[in-house]
Amino acid sequence: MSFVFSRGRLLLWGACLALAVALPLVLKSGFMLSLLCQIGIMVVFALSYNMLLGQTGLLSFGHAVYYGMGAFITMHTLNMIGKDGSPLVVALLPLVGGLAGLLAGVVLGWVTTKKAGTTFAMISLGIGELVAACALMFPGFFGGEGGISGNRVVGKGSLLGFTWGPQVEMYGLIVAWAFVATIAMFALTQTPLGRMANAVRDNPERAEFVGYDTQRVRYLMLILSGFFAGIAGGLTALNYEIVTAETLNAHTSGVVLLMTFVGGIGFFYGPIIGAILVSVMQIVIGGMTHAWLLYFGLFFLFMVLMAPGGIASVIAMQRNLWQAGLFGRMVPHYLAATVPILVLMAGLVGLIEMSYALLAGEGVGAGDTATRVMGMQLQLASMEPWAIALATTAAGVLLTRWIGGRTGVAWNSALSTLHGDKS
Amino acid sequence: MEFVVISLLNGITYGLLLFMLSSGLTLIFSMMGILNFAHASFYMLGAYFAYQISTWVGFWPGLLVAPLMVGVVGALIERYGLRRAHRFGHVAELLFTFGLAFLVEEIVHLIWGNVAVDYRIPAELDGTLFTLFDTDFPIYKGFMMLISVGMLVALYALLTRTRIGLIIQAALTKPDMVEALGHNVPRIFMLVFGGGTALAGLAGVIGGNAFITEPGMAAAVGSIVFVVVVVGGLGSLGGAFVASLLIGCIQTFSVGLTISVTDVFALIGIVLPEGSQVARLTITQLAPVLPYMLMVAILIFRPRGLMGARES
Repeated sequence: MSFVFSRGRLLLWGACLALAVALPLVLKSGFMLSLLCQIGIMVVFALSYNMLLGQTGLLSFGHAVYYGMGAFITMHTLNMIGKDGSPLVVALLPLVGGLAGLLAGVVLGWVTTKKAGTTFAMISLGIGELVAACALMFPGFFGGEGGISGNRVVGKGSLLGFTWGPQVEMYGLIVAWAFVATIAMFALTQTPLGRMANAVRDNPERAEFVGYDTQRVRYLMLILSGFFAGIAGGLTALNYEIVTAETLNAHTSGVVLLMTFVGGIGFFYGPIIGAILVSVMQIVIGGMTHAWLLYFGLFFLFMVLMAPGGIASVIAMQRNLWQAGLFGRMVPHYLAATVPILVLMAGLVGLIEMSYALLAGEGVGAGDTATRVMGMQLQLASMEPWAIALATTAAGVLLTRWIGGRTGVAWNSALSTLHGDKS
Repeated sequence: MEFVVISLLNGITYGLLLFMLSSGLTLIFSMMGILNFAHASFYMLGAYFAYQISTWVGFWPGLLVAPLMVGVVGALIERYGLRRAHRFGHVAELLFTFGLAFLVEEIVHLIWGNVAVDYRIPAELDGTLFTLFDTDFPIYKGFMMLISVGMLVALYALLTRTRIGLIIQAALTKPDMVEALGHNVPRIFMLVFGGGTALAGLAGVIGGNAFITEPGMAAAVGSIVFVVVVVGGLGSLGGAFVASLLIGCIQTFSVGLTISVTDVFALIGIVLPEGSQVARLTITQLAPVLPYMLMVAILIFRPRGLMGARES
């Protein structure tokens, strides 16, 4: 397996692990710790999702099913072992979740992976809805509206001093599992199966002619992806000590799709970036404004239209430019482009925040005529703030078209130089 | 007997409404290869636009104006969003419509709030059309049927009897050839997308007040419409029609049946063990999952759908 762990990669993996371990020493607040735990879980979930979307080309709208099944089975197992269990058993519980996800993949994947492409997307959506509807029909297993809860601190002693009671110990457990799962998923991309998945994604006909059963490759990838999603689900169950039907519904499936795509599906590390970014945005922007989902939707559409390769592809492009010595040429253009984007954002944020204050008013008082936006006290009944916000937005649009066009020209010329150098 | 006739009437009403949604979706899919994830969002927009118009000038102008507004919004989205996403392939398109559905729901939350709005059936249509075995059949359901069937006939006439309809049909199968003959295919795509979304909007106008107008309505009906399209066969209008009626009837019949799963299995001679959770479920409780179970069954036994032409 030397190809998996070359010296450069070993250094990178080590640095990531060291960073993950060191972070709670710096960010000591409970808020930060729970954010880090959430990120760790989402990294595993998003990476498992990218095994389908990025590596096999299967766009799934029902990936939460495997995550949720992993979470529920883990929680039931935790409650079953109860006081008889030891912390070692608890630490291994995410594996039970993984096996549950794997089993769900074996059963459901047999139906869903018969087709690829758009049909797969629709079937995965239907199966997701089916399971989510079943969750409300069987309150005995899924706990109905309230979900089921448990206690991760079991009676018998400790494992090397760990009882998993304090959040920081739970964080350690999450990091350990996330690290192992990430390495396993990376190693999988290097195996013949991982390579064949890429082939099936790029050219299924040719893969069939070479003698591979594309349906079988898709099926195997879905099962393995379900396994890792189940591990993430098991970690969620242990971390929050409660599992509700929401863990396997369409909303959760949507979130994992969004974060994987925003991070970048073409690179192994893309979903990691996406998971971190979306989790942080959710907590930070979500704490500042009620309109955060609206901003997130706009951000997502912007990414689809402007950078369909996600953030990872943007980073990779800059790296290529840097290596070719062209990066310096682009810096002034980047700086120039930030101005119109900031103007546009300021105008849009102003409009959206004022509309929210005036119309939705959830928590900010419906029909408020005065509100604070970006530290400014605004009178919404008068025309002035609206006129200013509209003018700022319009100016932003015009400036973006003007300067953005010039940046685009510079970008294209840099790219052509880059490709010219290569050939 | 009474139950069968009334459920059948309700099922057909609901099925026709589903067809208004799935026909637009099918047309857009077979023409552009785009599965419009946001299709049900346009249904929701239609309902909200009609509600807003009805608070100003009443129901009747909204019946005409709201679908047109939805169609214009749809055409603009195609022109300035989807066409750009198209360059990056089908996954980007699908994700664009997915993000759009997400965004529309948030905007509806923003403008009209989190709870259902009071979008009502107009007073002229509020009453009983006829009484069958002691059960009243409301005028509004008859009105919904009338609109749906009228739209169906108009759509059929448009596609088969007019020049633009023939060009659309030709562009469905051979867009390059149609373009070579001098027709502006991107504009036809825009028109089809606008038309399909306008149909969804019309369904929203007449469905919003028959059911409920709230921000969750798009998600609730959206997945059912997908089931309809899969069951009917991707890209087949006839299949979508049959599947719409079938699923409409399955949903209304299953809601009214109180017999349990045990009884159903007893009919075919299988005795389920007493006391298990599955055996105690009634058909009514199973109603929400029946369409999905039908879809899974279709995919296993007839993967191309009821009337689908191709196997992909």
